[in-house]
Amino acid sequence: MVEHTVAATNAIVTLDVPIPQVIWGWMITLNMWAKSIGTGVIFVGAYLLARYKDQVGESVKIWMPIISFIFLNIFLLFTLLDLHQPLRMWHIFAHPHWTSAITVGAWMATLFTAVIFVMTLIALRKIAIKYQDKLPRMCRKLIELKFLNDELYDKLLKVAVILAIPVTMYTATIMGEATARELWQTPAELIQMMLAALLTGSAVFLIIGGGWSYEVKRDLAIILGASAFLSFVIYMGEYYFGHMKAEEVAAIIAYVKEHGPYHIMFWAGQWIAFIIPMALVYFSLKSRSSSLLYLAGILAIVGLYITKHVWLIIPQLLPLS
Amino acid sequence: MKLGFLVDLNLCMGCKGCEVACKVENQVPLHSWRLRVKYVDVGVYPETKRTYTPLRCNHCEDAPCERICPVSALHYLENGIVNIDKERCIGCAGCMMACPYGAIYMDPETNTADKCTYCAHRIASEMMPACVVACPVEANIFGDLEDPTSHISKYIMAHQKDGGVKVRKPEKNTHPKHFYVGGGEVQLNPLAAKREEGYNLFNKITHLDHIGGH
Repeated sequence: MVEHTVAATNAIVTLDVPIPQVIWGWMITLNMWAKSIGTGVIFVGAYLLARYKDQVGESVKIWMPIISFIFLNIFLLFTLLDLHQPLRMWHIFAHPHWTSAITVGAWMATLFTAVIFVMTLIALRKIAIKYQDKLPRMCRKLIELKFLNDELYDKLLKVAVILAIPVTMYTATIMGEATARELWQTPAELIQMMLAALLTGSAVFLIIGGGWSYEVKRDLAIILGASAFLSFVIYMGEYYFGHMKAEEVAAIIAYVKEHGPYHIMFWAGQWIAFIIPMALVYFSLKSRSSSLLYLAGILAIVGLYITKHVWLIIPQLLPLS
Repeated sequence: MKLGFLVDLNLCMGCKGCEVACKVENQVPLHSWRLRVKYVDVGVYPETKRTYTPLRCNHCEDAPCERICPVSALHYLENGIVNIDKERCIGCAGCMMACPYGAIYMDPETNTADKCTYCAHRIASEMMPACVVACPVEANIFGDLEDPTSHISKYIMAHQKDGGVKVRKPEKNTHPKHFYVGGGEVQLNPLAAKREEGYNLFNKITHLDHIGGH
Protein backbone atom coordinates (compact mmCIF):
# COMPACT_ATOMS: atom_id res chain seq x y z
CA MET A 1 0.00 0.00 0.00
CA VAL A 2 1.07 3.51 -0.70
CA GLU A 3 1.11 4.74 2.87
CA HIS A 4 3.65 2.04 3.65
CA THR A 5 5.68 3.00 0.61
CA VAL A 6 5.69 6.62 1.68
CA ALA A 7 6.68 5.71 5.21
CA ALA A 8 9.34 3.27 4.06
CA THR A 9 10.93 5.48 1.43
CA ASN A 10 10.10 8.86 2.94
CA ALA A 11 9.55 10.07 -0.61
CA ILE A 12 8.94 13.79 -0.93
CA VAL A 13 8.37 15.89 -4.03
CA THR A 14 11.11 18.49 -3.89
CA LEU A 15 10.66 20.25 -7.20
CA ASP A 16 7.66 20.49 -9.45
CA VAL A 17 5.62 23.03 -11.33
CA PRO A 18 2.50 24.62 -9.84
CA ILE A 19 -0.42 22.29 -10.39
CA PRO A 20 -3.86 23.47 -11.57
CA GLN A 21 -6.31 22.62 -8.85
CA VAL A 22 -10.01 23.28 -9.33
CA ILE A 23 -10.91 23.04 -13.00
CA TRP A 24 -14.68 22.72 -12.71
CA GLY A 25 -15.85 25.10 -9.97
CA TRP A 26 -19.04 26.71 -8.68
CA MET A 27 -20.48 27.26 -12.16
CA ILE A 28 -20.60 23.52 -12.76
CA THR A 29 -22.18 23.04 -9.32
CA LEU A 30 -24.81 25.60 -10.27
CA ASN A 31 -25.25 23.81 -13.58
CA MET A 32 -26.00 20.48 -11.87
CA TRP A 33 -28.15 22.07 -9.17
CA ALA A 34 -30.31 24.08 -11.59
CA LYS A 35 -30.68 21.08 -13.92
CA SER A 36 -31.91 18.97 -11.00
CA ILE A 37 -34.69 21.49 -10.39
CA GLY A 38 -35.42 21.90 -14.11
CA THR A 39 -36.00 18.18 -14.66
CA GLY A 40 -37.20 17.36 -11.14
CA VAL A 41 -40.32 19.55 -11.40
CA ILE A 42 -41.22 17.68 -14.59
CA PHE A 43 -40.95 14.24 -12.92
CA VAL A 44 -42.85 15.25 -9.79
CA GLY A 45 -45.26 17.51 -11.71
CA ALA A 46 -46.15 14.65 -14.06
CA TYR A 47 -46.82 12.45 -11.01
CA LEU A 48 -49.10 15.11 -9.48
CA LEU A 49 -50.99 15.48 -12.76
CA ALA A 50 -51.48 11.71 -12.96
CA ARG A 51 -52.56 11.30 -9.34
CA TYR A 52 -54.21 14.59 -8.29
CA LYS A 53 -55.28 16.22 -11.56
CA ASP A 54 -58.65 17.30 -10.14
CA GLN A 55 -57.10 18.96 -7.10
CA VAL A 56 -53.92 20.59 -8.35
CA GLY A 57 -54.04 20.08 -12.12
CA GLU A 58 -54.42 23.69 -13.25
CA SER A 59 -51.83 25.07 -10.86
CA VAL A 60 -49.24 22.37 -11.73
CA LYS A 61 -49.88 22.70 -15.46
CA ILE A 62 -49.03 26.39 -15.31
CA TRP A 63 -46.12 26.46 -12.87
CA MET A 64 -44.35 23.21 -13.79
CA PRO A 65 -43.12 24.32 -17.25
CA ILE A 66 -42.44 27.91 -16.13
CA ILE A 67 -40.22 26.85 -13.22
CA SER A 68 -38.54 24.18 -15.33
CA PHE A 69 -37.86 26.67 -18.13
CA ILE A 70 -36.34 29.22 -15.73
CA PHE A 71 -33.97 26.70 -14.13
CA LEU A 72 -33.07 25.06 -17.45
CA ASN A 73 -32.01 28.46 -18.68
CA ILE A 74 -29.89 29.02 -15.56
CA PHE A 75 -28.34 25.61 -16.23
CA LEU A 76 -27.66 26.42 -19.89
CA LEU A 77 -26.39 29.93 -19.14
CA PHE A 78 -23.78 28.76 -16.66
CA THR A 79 -22.81 25.83 -18.87
CA LEU A 80 -22.05 28.39 -21.54
CA LEU A 81 -20.29 30.81 -19.20
CA ASP A 82 -18.01 28.07 -17.90
CA LEU A 83 -16.62 27.47 -21.37
CA HIS A 84 -13.34 29.21 -22.09
CA GLN A 85 -14.57 29.76 -25.64
CA PRO A 86 -18.34 30.26 -25.20
CA LEU A 87 -18.80 31.69 -28.70
CA ARG A 88 -17.70 28.33 -30.11
CA MET A 89 -20.58 26.47 -28.44
CA TRP A 90 -22.07 25.87 -31.88
CA HIS A 91 -19.18 23.47 -32.60
CA ILE A 92 -21.05 20.90 -30.51
CA PHE A 93 -23.82 20.94 -33.10
CA ALA A 94 -21.61 21.38 -36.16
CA HIS A 95 -18.87 18.89 -35.17
CA PRO A 96 -20.54 16.50 -32.71
CA HIS A 97 -18.42 13.73 -31.22
CA TRP A 98 -20.88 11.06 -30.17
CA THR A 99 -18.61 9.18 -27.76
CA SER A 100 -18.68 12.26 -25.55
CA ALA A 101 -21.40 12.47 -22.93
CA ILE A 102 -21.02 16.25 -23.15
CA THR A 103 -22.18 16.14 -26.78
CA VAL A 104 -25.07 13.76 -26.14
CA GLY A 105 -26.12 15.81 -23.12
CA ALA A 106 -26.00 19.11 -24.98
CA TRP A 107 -28.23 17.77 -27.74
CA MET A 108 -30.68 16.20 -25.29
CA ALA A 109 -30.80 19.31 -23.10
CA THR A 110 -31.42 21.54 -26.13
CA LEU A 111 -34.27 19.33 -27.33
CA PHE A 112 -35.72 19.12 -23.83
CA THR A 113 -35.56 22.90 -23.36
CA ALA A 114 -37.34 23.39 -26.69
CA VAL A 115 -40.17 21.11 -25.55
CA ILE A 116 -40.40 22.89 -22.20
CA PHE A 117 -40.38 26.25 -24.02
CA VAL A 118 -43.53 25.30 -25.97
CA MET A 119 -45.16 24.01 -22.77
CA THR A 120 -44.27 27.32 -21.10
CA LEU A 121 -45.94 29.22 -23.93
CA ILE A 122 -49.09 27.15 -23.40
CA ALA A 123 -48.95 27.94 -19.66
CA LEU A 124 -48.43 31.64 -20.35
CA ARG A 125 -51.33 31.62 -22.81
CA LYS A 126 -53.55 30.29 -20.04
CA ILE A 127 -52.46 33.17 -17.80
CA ALA A 128 -52.97 35.60 -20.68
CA ILE A 129 -56.52 34.35 -21.25
CA LYS A 130 -57.26 34.79 -17.55
CA TYR A 131 -55.96 38.36 -17.42
CA GLN A 132 -56.55 39.44 -21.02
CA ASP A 133 -58.24 42.71 -20.07
CA LYS A 134 -55.20 43.87 -18.10
CA LEU A 135 -52.56 42.84 -20.63
CA PRO A 136 -50.91 45.06 -23.25
CA ARG A 137 -51.82 44.36 -26.89
CA MET A 138 -48.49 42.61 -27.59
CA CYS A 139 -49.14 39.99 -24.94
CA ARG A 140 -52.66 39.42 -26.15
CA LYS A 141 -51.26 38.09 -29.45
CA LEU A 142 -50.33 34.93 -27.55
CA ILE A 143 -54.04 34.22 -27.05
CA GLU A 144 -54.53 34.13 -30.82
CA LEU A 145 -52.13 31.16 -31.13
CA LYS A 146 -54.85 28.56 -30.70
CA PHE A 147 -52.63 25.58 -31.45
CA LEU A 148 -51.05 26.19 -28.02
CA ASN A 149 -53.74 24.16 -26.26
CA ASP A 150 -54.17 21.45 -23.64
CA GLU A 151 -54.09 18.69 -26.23
CA LEU A 152 -50.61 19.72 -27.39
CA TYR A 153 -49.54 20.20 -23.76
CA ASP A 154 -50.48 16.63 -22.82
CA LYS A 155 -48.60 15.22 -25.79
CA LEU A 156 -45.51 17.31 -25.01
CA LEU A 157 -45.62 16.32 -21.34
CA LYS A 158 -45.07 12.68 -22.29
CA VAL A 159 -42.10 13.66 -24.47
CA ALA A 160 -40.77 15.91 -21.69
CA VAL A 161 -40.89 13.15 -19.07
CA ILE A 162 -39.02 10.75 -21.37
CA LEU A 163 -36.40 13.37 -22.30
CA ALA A 164 -36.01 14.46 -18.67
CA ILE A 165 -34.51 11.05 -17.84
CA PRO A 166 -31.36 11.34 -20.03
CA VAL A 167 -31.10 15.07 -19.34
CA THR A 168 -31.06 14.35 -15.60
CA MET A 169 -28.58 11.54 -15.90
CA TYR A 170 -26.11 12.57 -18.57
CA THR A 171 -23.93 14.57 -16.15
CA ALA A 172 -23.28 11.30 -14.32
CA THR A 173 -21.94 9.87 -17.56
CA ILE A 174 -19.66 12.89 -18.01
CA MET A 175 -18.39 12.27 -14.49
CA GLY A 176 -17.88 8.62 -15.42
CA GLU A 177 -15.90 9.65 -18.50
CA ALA A 178 -13.70 11.82 -16.27
CA THR A 179 -11.26 8.93 -15.93
CA ALA A 180 -8.94 11.00 -13.75
CA ARG A 181 -11.52 11.34 -10.96
CA GLU A 182 -11.84 7.93 -9.39
CA LEU A 183 -14.45 9.07 -6.86
CA TRP A 184 -17.13 9.53 -9.51
CA GLN A 185 -18.47 6.16 -10.57
CA THR A 186 -21.24 6.28 -13.17
CA PRO A 187 -23.72 3.83 -11.55
CA ALA A 188 -23.76 5.66 -8.20
CA GLU A 189 -23.81 9.10 -9.85
CA LEU A 190 -26.71 8.10 -12.13
CA ILE A 191 -28.79 7.27 -9.08
CA GLN A 192 -27.62 10.39 -7.24
CA MET A 193 -28.66 12.60 -10.18
CA MET A 194 -32.12 11.05 -10.32
CA LEU A 195 -32.54 11.33 -6.54
CA ALA A 196 -31.41 14.98 -6.65
CA ALA A 197 -34.08 15.69 -9.28
CA LEU A 198 -36.81 14.01 -7.21
CA LEU A 199 -35.60 15.78 -4.06
CA THR A 200 -35.66 19.26 -5.60
CA GLY A 201 -38.79 18.59 -7.67
CA SER A 202 -40.80 17.63 -4.59
CA ALA A 203 -39.22 20.47 -2.60
CA VAL A 204 -40.28 23.06 -5.19
CA PHE A 205 -43.90 21.87 -5.13
CA LEU A 206 -43.92 21.81 -1.33
CA ILE A 207 -42.82 25.45 -1.39
CA ILE A 208 -45.29 26.67 -4.02
CA GLY A 209 -48.19 24.42 -3.03
CA GLY A 210 -49.11 26.17 0.20
CA GLY A 211 -52.88 25.80 -0.25
CA TRP A 212 -52.87 22.20 -1.43
CA SER A 213 -54.51 19.39 0.54
CA TYR A 214 -52.63 17.31 3.12
CA GLU A 215 -52.80 14.21 0.88
CA VAL A 216 -50.91 15.95 -1.92
CA LYS A 217 -48.32 17.31 0.48
CA ARG A 218 -47.98 13.92 2.15
CA ASP A 219 -47.06 12.34 -1.19
CA LEU A 220 -44.56 15.12 -1.89
CA ALA A 221 -43.11 14.71 1.60
CA ILE A 222 -42.66 10.97 1.07
CA ILE A 223 -40.87 11.59 -2.26
CA LEU A 224 -38.64 14.19 -0.60
CA GLY A 225 -37.93 12.06 2.46
CA ALA A 226 -37.23 8.89 0.47
CA SER A 227 -34.95 10.73 -1.98
CA ALA A 228 -33.05 12.36 0.90
CA PHE A 229 -32.69 9.04 2.68
CA LEU A 230 -31.38 7.16 -0.36
CA SER A 231 -28.97 9.96 -1.31
CA PHE A 232 -27.70 10.09 2.24
CA VAL A 233 -27.15 6.32 2.29
CA ILE A 234 -25.10 6.47 -0.92
CA TYR A 235 -22.96 9.34 0.40
CA MET A 236 -22.42 7.51 3.69
CA GLY A 237 -21.49 4.38 1.74
CA GLU A 238 -18.77 6.34 -0.02
CA TYR A 239 -17.75 8.12 3.19
CA TYR A 240 -17.28 5.01 5.31
CA PHE A 241 -16.49 2.32 2.74
CA GLY A 242 -15.11 4.21 -0.29
CA HIS A 243 -11.52 3.97 0.90
CA MET A 244 -11.68 0.18 0.54
CA LYS A 245 -12.02 0.40 -3.25
CA ALA A 246 -8.92 2.24 -4.37
CA GLU A 247 -6.09 4.31 -2.97
CA GLU A 248 -7.22 7.33 -5.02
CA VAL A 249 -10.71 7.18 -3.51
CA ALA A 250 -9.18 6.85 -0.05
CA ALA A 251 -7.03 9.92 -0.68
CA ILE A 252 -10.03 11.90 -1.97
CA ILE A 253 -12.38 10.87 0.84
CA ALA A 254 -9.70 12.07 3.28
CA TYR A 255 -10.57 15.64 2.20
CA VAL A 256 -14.01 15.29 3.80
CA LYS A 257 -13.00 13.17 6.78
CA GLU A 258 -12.08 14.68 10.11
CA HIS A 259 -9.28 17.29 9.74
CA GLY A 260 -9.90 17.41 5.98
CA PRO A 261 -10.40 20.87 4.43
CA TYR A 262 -13.95 20.04 3.31
CA HIS A 263 -15.06 18.14 6.45
CA ILE A 264 -17.34 20.87 7.79
CA MET A 265 -18.77 21.77 4.39
CA PHE A 266 -19.49 18.11 3.62
CA TRP A 267 -21.39 17.56 6.84
CA ALA A 268 -23.17 20.91 6.55
CA GLY A 269 -24.45 19.75 3.17
CA GLN A 270 -25.51 16.35 4.51
CA TRP A 271 -27.41 17.88 7.44
CA ILE A 272 -29.08 20.66 5.47
CA ALA A 273 -29.95 18.62 2.37
CA PHE A 274 -30.81 15.27 3.87
CA ILE A 275 -30.79 14.77 7.64
CA ILE A 276 -32.88 17.78 8.75
CA PRO A 277 -35.38 17.46 5.87
CA MET A 278 -35.77 13.75 6.70
CA ALA A 279 -36.49 14.62 10.34
CA LEU A 280 -38.94 17.35 9.32
CA VAL A 281 -40.75 14.94 7.00
CA TYR A 282 -40.95 12.38 9.81
CA PHE A 283 -42.40 14.85 12.32
CA SER A 284 -44.74 16.25 9.70
CA LEU A 285 -46.15 12.84 8.79
CA LYS A 286 -46.47 11.88 12.45
CA SER A 287 -48.39 14.99 13.40
CA ARG A 288 -50.27 15.26 10.07
CA SER A 289 -49.03 18.82 9.88
CA SER A 290 -47.68 20.30 6.67
CA SER A 291 -46.17 23.51 8.02
CA LEU A 292 -42.75 21.90 8.58
CA LEU A 293 -42.58 20.74 4.99
CA TYR A 294 -42.09 24.25 3.64
CA LEU A 295 -38.87 24.50 5.65
CA ALA A 296 -37.84 20.98 4.59
CA GLY A 297 -38.21 21.98 0.93
CA ILE A 298 -36.07 25.10 1.28
CA LEU A 299 -33.36 23.27 3.22
CA ALA A 300 -33.25 20.41 0.71
CA ILE A 301 -32.74 22.81 -2.20
CA VAL A 302 -30.07 24.87 -0.41
CA GLY A 303 -28.29 21.83 1.03
CA LEU A 304 -28.17 20.04 -2.30
CA TYR A 305 -26.04 22.85 -3.74
CA ILE A 306 -23.51 22.48 -0.90
CA THR A 307 -23.47 18.68 -1.19
CA LYS A 308 -22.99 18.75 -4.96
CA HIS A 309 -20.25 21.36 -4.67
CA VAL A 310 -18.17 19.36 -2.19
CA TRP A 311 -18.48 16.21 -4.31
CA LEU A 312 -17.44 18.15 -7.41
CA ILE A 313 -14.41 19.81 -5.83
CA ILE A 314 -12.72 17.12 -3.75
CA PRO A 315 -11.52 14.81 -6.55
CA GLN A 316 -9.90 17.81 -8.20
CA LEU A 317 -7.68 18.46 -5.20
CA LEU A 318 -5.70 15.28 -5.77
CA PRO A 319 -2.39 15.63 -7.69
CA LEU A 320 -2.59 13.50 -10.82
CA SER A 321 1.10 13.25 -11.63
CA MET B 1 3.11 3.29 -37.66
CA LYS B 2 2.49 3.82 -33.97
CA LEU B 3 4.77 6.37 -32.40
CA GLY B 4 5.77 6.01 -28.80
CA PHE B 5 8.10 7.39 -26.17
CA LEU B 6 10.35 5.81 -23.62
CA VAL B 7 12.31 7.52 -20.87
CA ASP B 8 15.15 5.70 -19.18
CA LEU B 9 15.03 7.13 -15.69
CA ASN B 10 18.37 5.53 -14.90
CA LEU B 11 19.92 7.95 -17.40
CA CYS B 12 17.91 11.09 -16.68
CA MET B 13 19.90 13.57 -14.58
CA GLY B 14 17.15 16.16 -14.14
CA CYS B 15 18.81 18.90 -16.18
CA LYS B 16 15.41 20.08 -17.45
CA GLY B 17 16.86 20.59 -20.91
CA CYS B 18 13.85 18.77 -22.39
CA GLU B 19 11.47 21.01 -20.42
CA VAL B 20 13.10 24.18 -21.73
CA ALA B 21 13.38 22.86 -25.30
CA CYS B 22 9.68 22.02 -25.27
CA LYS B 23 8.78 25.45 -23.94
CA VAL B 24 10.79 27.18 -26.66
CA GLU B 25 9.78 24.90 -29.54
CA ASN B 26 6.06 25.07 -28.79
CA GLN B 27 5.96 28.61 -27.34
CA VAL B 28 4.26 27.31 -24.22
CA PRO B 29 2.98 30.26 -22.13
CA LEU B 30 4.09 31.09 -18.61
CA HIS B 31 2.56 28.89 -15.89
CA SER B 32 1.91 26.14 -18.45
CA TRP B 33 3.94 23.05 -19.26
CA ARG B 34 3.64 20.37 -21.91
CA LEU B 35 6.56 18.55 -20.37
CA ARG B 36 7.95 18.85 -16.90
CA VAL B 37 10.57 17.09 -14.83
CA LYS B 38 9.48 16.24 -11.30
CA TYR B 39 12.08 15.75 -8.58
CA VAL B 40 11.30 13.28 -5.83
CA ASP B 41 13.71 12.74 -2.94
CA VAL B 42 13.71 9.30 -1.38
CA GLY B 43 15.06 8.06 1.93
CA VAL B 44 16.33 9.58 5.17
CA TYR B 45 19.64 11.42 5.50
CA PRO B 46 22.34 10.21 4.95
CA GLU B 47 20.73 7.41 2.92
CA THR B 48 18.96 9.56 0.35
CA LYS B 49 18.53 9.58 -3.37
CA ARG B 50 17.06 12.13 -5.75
CA THR B 51 14.95 10.84 -8.65
CA TYR B 52 13.94 12.71 -11.80
CA THR B 53 10.82 11.95 -13.81
CA PRO B 54 9.93 13.69 -17.08
CA LEU B 55 6.14 13.82 -17.37
CA ARG B 56 4.27 14.47 -20.61
CA CYS B 57 1.17 13.32 -22.49
CA ASN B 58 1.05 9.53 -22.74
CA HIS B 59 -0.71 9.48 -26.14
CA CYS B 60 -2.90 6.66 -24.88
CA GLU B 61 -4.36 4.12 -27.25
CA ASP B 62 -7.70 4.49 -25.43
CA ALA B 63 -7.35 8.17 -24.62
CA PRO B 64 -10.02 9.44 -22.18
CA CYS B 65 -9.42 12.99 -23.43
CA GLU B 66 -10.26 12.00 -27.01
CA ARG B 67 -13.37 10.16 -25.82
CA ILE B 68 -14.76 13.02 -23.73
CA CYS B 69 -13.96 15.86 -26.16
CA PRO B 70 -17.39 17.00 -27.40
CA VAL B 71 -16.15 18.44 -30.70
CA SER B 72 -13.30 16.07 -31.67
CA ALA B 73 -10.75 18.83 -31.07
CA LEU B 74 -8.66 16.04 -29.58
CA HIS B 75 -8.19 13.43 -32.26
CA TYR B 76 -5.83 10.68 -33.37
CA LEU B 77 -3.35 11.10 -36.15
CA GLU B 78 -2.55 8.08 -38.31
CA ASN B 79 0.77 7.66 -36.51
CA GLY B 80 -0.99 7.25 -33.14
CA ILE B 81 -0.36 10.77 -31.85
CA VAL B 82 -3.25 12.32 -29.91
CA ASN B 83 -3.33 15.75 -31.51
CA ILE B 84 -5.38 18.84 -30.69
CA ASP B 85 -7.14 21.27 -33.01
CA LYS B 86 -7.11 24.53 -31.07
CA GLU B 87 -9.42 26.23 -33.56
CA ARG B 88 -12.14 23.71 -32.81
CA CYS B 89 -11.70 23.48 -29.01
CA ILE B 90 -14.54 25.13 -27.06
CA GLY B 91 -12.63 25.19 -23.76
CA CYS B 92 -14.99 22.98 -21.76
CA ALA B 93 -12.02 21.45 -19.88
CA GLY B 94 -13.58 18.00 -20.12
CA CYS B 95 -10.23 16.67 -21.32
CA MET B 96 -8.49 18.09 -18.25
CA MET B 97 -11.01 16.28 -16.06
CA ALA B 98 -10.54 13.06 -18.00
CA CYS B 99 -6.75 12.84 -18.34
CA PRO B 100 -5.50 10.69 -15.44
CA TYR B 101 -1.99 12.07 -15.92
CA GLY B 102 -2.72 15.80 -15.60
CA ALA B 103 -1.05 16.28 -18.98
CA ILE B 104 -3.50 18.82 -20.42
CA TYR B 105 -3.57 22.52 -19.59
CA MET B 106 -5.74 25.46 -20.52
CA ASP B 107 -3.65 27.85 -22.61
CA PRO B 108 -4.18 31.25 -20.97
CA GLU B 109 -3.51 33.06 -24.25
CA THR B 110 -5.86 31.16 -26.54
CA ASN B 111 -8.33 29.94 -23.90
CA THR B 112 -8.18 26.47 -25.40
CA ALA B 113 -6.84 23.16 -24.14
CA ASP B 114 -3.32 22.22 -25.11
CA LYS B 115 -0.79 19.48 -24.46
CA CYS B 116 2.25 17.63 -25.74
CA THR B 117 1.75 16.47 -29.32
CA TYR B 118 5.09 14.64 -29.54
CA CYS B 119 6.02 17.71 -31.64
CA ALA B 120 3.72 16.52 -34.43
CA HIS B 121 4.77 19.47 -36.59
CA ARG B 122 8.42 18.40 -36.39
CA ILE B 123 7.59 14.76 -37.07
CA ALA B 124 5.71 15.84 -40.19
CA SER B 125 9.03 17.26 -41.35
CA GLU B 126 10.82 14.05 -40.36
CA MET B 127 12.50 15.63 -37.35
CA MET B 128 12.66 14.28 -33.82
CA PRO B 129 10.67 15.96 -31.01
CA ALA B 130 12.51 18.94 -29.48
CA CYS B 131 12.91 17.22 -26.08
CA VAL B 132 14.62 14.21 -27.69
CA VAL B 133 17.11 16.42 -29.48
CA ALA B 134 17.85 18.44 -26.32
CA CYS B 135 18.48 15.49 -23.99
CA PRO B 136 22.26 15.33 -23.32
CA VAL B 137 22.20 11.71 -22.15
CA GLU B 138 19.72 10.26 -24.66
CA ALA B 139 17.30 9.32 -21.90
CA ASN B 140 14.38 10.23 -24.19
CA ILE B 141 13.86 7.55 -26.80
CA PHE B 142 11.27 8.07 -29.49
CA GLY B 143 10.17 5.95 -32.43
CA ASP B 144 7.82 3.53 -34.11
CA LEU B 145 6.50 0.88 -31.73
CA GLU B 146 5.24 -1.24 -34.62
CA ASP B 147 8.69 -1.48 -36.17
CA PRO B 148 10.64 -4.23 -34.36
CA THR B 149 13.93 -2.81 -35.66
CA SER B 150 13.37 0.69 -34.23
CA HIS B 151 15.50 1.85 -31.32
CA ILE B 152 12.49 2.15 -29.00
CA SER B 153 11.24 -1.36 -29.84
CA LYS B 154 14.65 -2.85 -29.20
CA TYR B 155 14.98 -0.91 -25.95
CA ILE B 156 11.61 -2.19 -24.74
CA MET B 157 12.45 -5.76 -25.70
CA ALA B 158 15.82 -5.55 -23.96
CA HIS B 159 14.32 -4.32 -20.69
CA GLN B 160 10.92 -5.96 -20.48
CA LYS B 161 12.16 -9.39 -19.41
CA ASP B 162 12.67 -8.33 -15.80
CA GLY B 163 9.54 -6.17 -15.74
CA GLY B 164 11.62 -3.08 -16.16
CA VAL B 165 9.32 -1.34 -18.63
CA LYS B 166 6.44 0.44 -16.95
CA VAL B 167 3.64 2.83 -17.75
CA ARG B 168 1.87 5.28 -15.45
CA LYS B 169 -1.46 4.17 -13.92
CA PRO B 170 -1.97 0.98 -15.96
CA GLU B 171 -5.13 0.32 -13.93
CA LYS B 172 -6.86 3.17 -15.78
CA ASN B 173 -6.91 1.00 -18.91
CA THR B 174 -5.80 3.83 -21.15
CA HIS B 175 -2.95 1.82 -22.73
CA PRO B 176 -0.32 4.59 -22.72
CA LYS B 177 2.23 4.76 -25.50
CA HIS B 178 4.76 6.36 -23.17
CA PHE B 179 7.02 3.99 -21.27
CA TYR B 180 9.54 4.23 -18.46
CA VAL B 181 12.57 2.15 -17.70
CA GLY B 182 13.99 2.28 -14.18
CA GLY B 183 10.85 3.81 -12.72
CA GLY B 184 9.40 2.82 -9.39
CA GLU B 185 6.33 3.67 -7.34
CA VAL B 186 7.73 6.97 -6.10
CA GLN B 187 8.33 8.27 -9.59
CA LEU B 188 5.24 6.98 -11.38
CA ASN B 189 2.55 7.00 -8.68
CA PRO B 190 1.71 10.54 -7.52
CA LEU B 191 0.26 9.18 -4.28
CA ALA B 192 3.52 7.50 -3.33
CA ALA B 193 5.35 10.74 -2.58
CA LYS B 194 4.34 13.46 -0.15
CA ARG B 195 3.80 17.02 -1.28
CA GLU B 196 4.40 19.06 1.80
CA GLU B 197 4.93 22.77 2.17
CA GLY B 198 8.28 23.52 3.77
CA TYR B 199 9.99 20.43 2.39
CA ASN B 200 10.75 21.92 -0.99
CA LEU B 201 14.34 22.64 -1.82
CA PHE B 202 14.18 24.93 -4.81
CA ASN B 203 10.79 26.54 -4.90
CA LYS B 204 7.51 26.74 -3.08
CA ILE B 205 5.21 24.15 -4.59
CA THR B 206 1.97 25.97 -5.08
CA HIS B 207 -1.35 25.45 -6.74
CA LEU B 208 -2.72 27.64 -9.48
CA ASP B 209 -6.02 29.26 -8.56
CA HIS B 210 -9.29 28.09 -10.00
CA ILE B 211 -8.95 28.08 -13.77
CA GLY B 212 -12.38 26.95 -14.88
CA GLY B 213 -14.67 29.53 -16.44
CA HIS B 214 -14.16 33.25 -16.20
